[in-house]
Amino acid sequence: MAEEIKTRKKGIRRRKFLKYSGVGLGLMIGGVYLTRHMWRRAIFEGAETMLPPYGGETGQPMIWFQVTPDNKIKLLSPKVEMGQGTFTSLAQMAADELEVDMDRIEVVHADTDSGNIDPMSTGGSLSVAGLWQPLREMAATLREMLKTKAAEKLGVAVSALSLANGVITGGGKSMTYGEVVEGVTDWEIPDVPPLKDRKDHKYIGKPIPRIDLHDKVVGAPIFGMDASMPGMLYGSVVRSRLIDTDMSNFDVSEAEKMPGVVKVVKSDGFVGVVAKSFTEADNARRKIKFDYNIKKDWNLSDIEEAIKVGNGRKAVIQKEGEAVEDIDGEGEVLEMEFRSPIGAHAQIEPNGALAHYEDGKVTLMLSTQVVGITRNEVADALGIDAEDVNVIPTYLGGGFGRRLHTPNAIQAAIMSKEVGKPVKCFFDRKQEFQNDTFRPPTHHIMRGKLSPEGKIVGLEHNFASGDTMFNSAILPVSSGTLENMLSADIGSIRGGAIMYRGIENHRATYYHVDLPFATSFWRSLGLLANAFAIESFIDELAIKAGKNPVDFRLDHLLDDGAYGTRIRNVVKACAEKSGYTDKPSGDRAMGFAASIDAGSPCAHAVEVSIVDNEIKVHKVVAAFDCGIAVNPDQVRAQVEGCICMGISASLFEKMDLKDNKLYPTIYGPYQMALMKDSPKEIETILIEGADVPLPVGEPPLGPIGAAIGNAVRRLTGKRLTELPMKLT
Amino acid sequence: MQIQFTINGKSQSVDVDGKTPLLWVVRDVLNLKGTKFGCGKAACGACTLHVDGEAVRSCSYPIKFAEGKKITTIEGLGEGDNLHSVQQAWKEEIVPQCGYCQPGFMMATAALLEKIPNPTDEDIDNNIVNICRCATYYRMRKAIHRAAEINGAT
Repeated sequence: MAEEIKTRKKGIRRRKFLKYSGVGLGLMIGGVYLTRHMWRRAIFEGAETMLPPYGGETGQPMIWFQVTPDNKIKLLSPKVEMGQGTFTSLAQMAADELEVDMDRIEVVHADTDSGNIDPMSTGGSLSVAGLWQPLREMAATLREMLKTKAAEKLGVAVSALSLANGVITGGGKSMTYGEVVEGVTDWEIPDVPPLKDRKDHKYIGKPIPRIDLHDKVVGAPIFGMDASMPGMLYGSVVRSRLIDTDMSNFDVSEAEKMPGVVKVVKSDGFVGVVAKSFTEADNARRKIKFDYNIKKDWNLSDIEEAIKVGNGRKAVIQKEGEAVEDIDGEGEVLEMEFRSPIGAHAQIEPNGALAHYEDGKVTLMLSTQVVGITRNEVADALGIDAEDVNVIPTYLGGGFGRRLHTPNAIQAAIMSKEVGKPVKCFFDRKQEFQNDTFRPPTHHIMRGKLSPEGKIVGLEHNFASGDTMFNSAILPVSSGTLENMLSADIGSIRGGAIMYRGIENHRATYYHVDLPFATSFWRSLGLLANAFAIESFIDELAIKAGKNPVDFRLDHLLDDGAYGTRIRNVVKACAEKSGYTDKPSGDRAMGFAASIDAGSPCAHAVEVSIVDNEIKVHKVVAAFDCGIAVNPDQVRAQVEGCICMGISASLFEKMDLKDNKLYPTIYGPYQMALMKDSPKEIETILIEGADVPLPVGEPPLGPIGAAIGNAVRRLTGKRLTELPMKLT
Repeated sequence: MQIQFTINGKSQSVDVDGKTPLLWVVRDVLNLKGTKFGCGKAACGACTLHVDGEAVRSCSYPIKFAEGKKITTIEGLGEGDNLHSVQQAWKEEIVPQCGYCQPGFMMATAALLEKIPNPTDEDIDNNIVNICRCATYYRMRKAIHRAAEINGAT
């Protein structure tokens, strides 16, 4: 049996690898490197619309579900809940196939011991989209397994059974699912049965209130920061305040004498204090002395100089027709530059982990987006088997891409081993800001040619940025290999391609620049800045052409029954619902923009005024096509959140760098949108332009920056080309 | 030092360094985890609770000042299993996303409604100045108006 399972698993893995290669993220096919430009571009274009399949176990329902004697069903989620509402959508999907009411289903995070491990991450807006097929298949398969066992136990044929909310009835007798599973140790896994039709869904597509709502309004201890274990101590680790710097000559003598200190741990790669309370650990850590050895001096101007179109490694991600300068015929050529700054994640729950090392095994509780990877990294660091590390994920106090790197888990585990007790160790706010894995800054040069009739005949997006994905541990092959093959960072190019395929000549070229500090995933990756540049420029071209910007966009979007049509539909719906006009009215003007990310197009129309020389966003109308909205209320919540977070990033947020020090290091000076900056009106129109759920959590961040800038342009005549946008 | 106060209606005595922030006493000594750590500098409001009815950012409030005072945390905002009107409104409007900052916002809102039972949008803008990274402000504003309505103030 064990042998059989093993073989089967191998088979699954192989199939997955092949599927994976097909969508262009696993990039070696038969050992042949994809070096030709046209192949590369096919991959880049595929990355824009095709979704990588779920990479975890999808063959065994029993590791996904636990049916308990009280007839409840526990769904062990391999994806984490960081606010996206995933748990609720997963429960809806499971309830429909299992034919039970929602309240029978409890969703919990799968710990790694359960075996239901996502080998990659929770990210890329792929939780619901990625689990749509496998989860419903597992639930439907489980339902059939329960029916088969119930038929045996009741002594009737499977075909004679009927189901109603977790009760199986047949031959005049009934059994609950809980009773069916009692005493059963041997399950036969049948072929996946047909899944239910959309019209038979009772929960999918309904705005069910979030299942974690009660816990979150009563302040239940559900987050990593809230985790505790008996006898737990607190850790605090020294982290660099300067970039491109080594620390050496640690003197811990004073720290060791501080009240509450249990031990100062000097390990490979870090020095940390373990004490009886957070404040004692924190106070003692501040007494540790060390030297900084600065490798190279850095100021913000050096970064701005480095991030420039033309620098770094070039990758052509889109090349249709001629370059703008080579296009024959009459017309006017326009060029504009745009910039975006270094962005911080600034999630409110700091990173941290609670670890307990005992008898060669480690138990970890933490907020993380990389559950499986954390297990492997901790095992490697401690020289133990991955099976001897159990990662218990908790709810996340915000993710946004900040929890895709978890060195803190390793540090907590090592400190626990050193003191023989559970240790909880987390960043303080200053450490969060100084050791973030930032959104890289960008530089864009847009170039376009307008025909005398006011049509765009050529459009180019040339842009430079730092790492997003290639800095990450979650890639299937080493980033160096990927870089050699692609020259581009697939994350930084999100939203970077020209979606106006009706323009005869269109090109996008990316310049990948190395930076002296960590940059990585920040909700929507390159989309925020790329859509800002492209959609601001399109608006400028519309003005130059004397066209209404909505009609102008439609003129250049292909009505191809697929990609182009779906973008056209959100553009039209948004324009209509918002009553978009390019003429300012009173002290207000409207701005319009659209983008497509990970296959989900979104359009925003905003109403803006200037109050005390500051940009104020009053109203936003969004039209969004994410295919099937499993939970329309939570899709709307994500759209609203993206809009307000996008306003924050577009109008306020910016990290600075002076003498190797990244700052600000506290909220306030790191200005973010508050209640007063949030629009008082948000309307969201959902369009179901695909027969599967598509990514939700990031695509609506795309248009907001440009929509605001375009409104300001209509109101003041001034084109703002830098994020965060300021009127000065 | 020994400090005596009332928390969520119960008398409590702790023996800690007087400079310890109230937040850590609440979370790690009294094991009430609903009050959150966000920044430690009173800049984000995740740690907001009530001291004698006033909204206070407990990460920057030394425990020695709590002597003899009445403290309420999110766990004590409602009465027993009955949710406070603010919590009820938060539920009706399905406000939380990640949820981490929400107890601080609900505590700040509850204190606001004690002073201004039917706040205008401007009152809300001026008084609710915590930070929510999921940026749930749009629904929060609706929930604040809804809480006022539940309280019969509108």
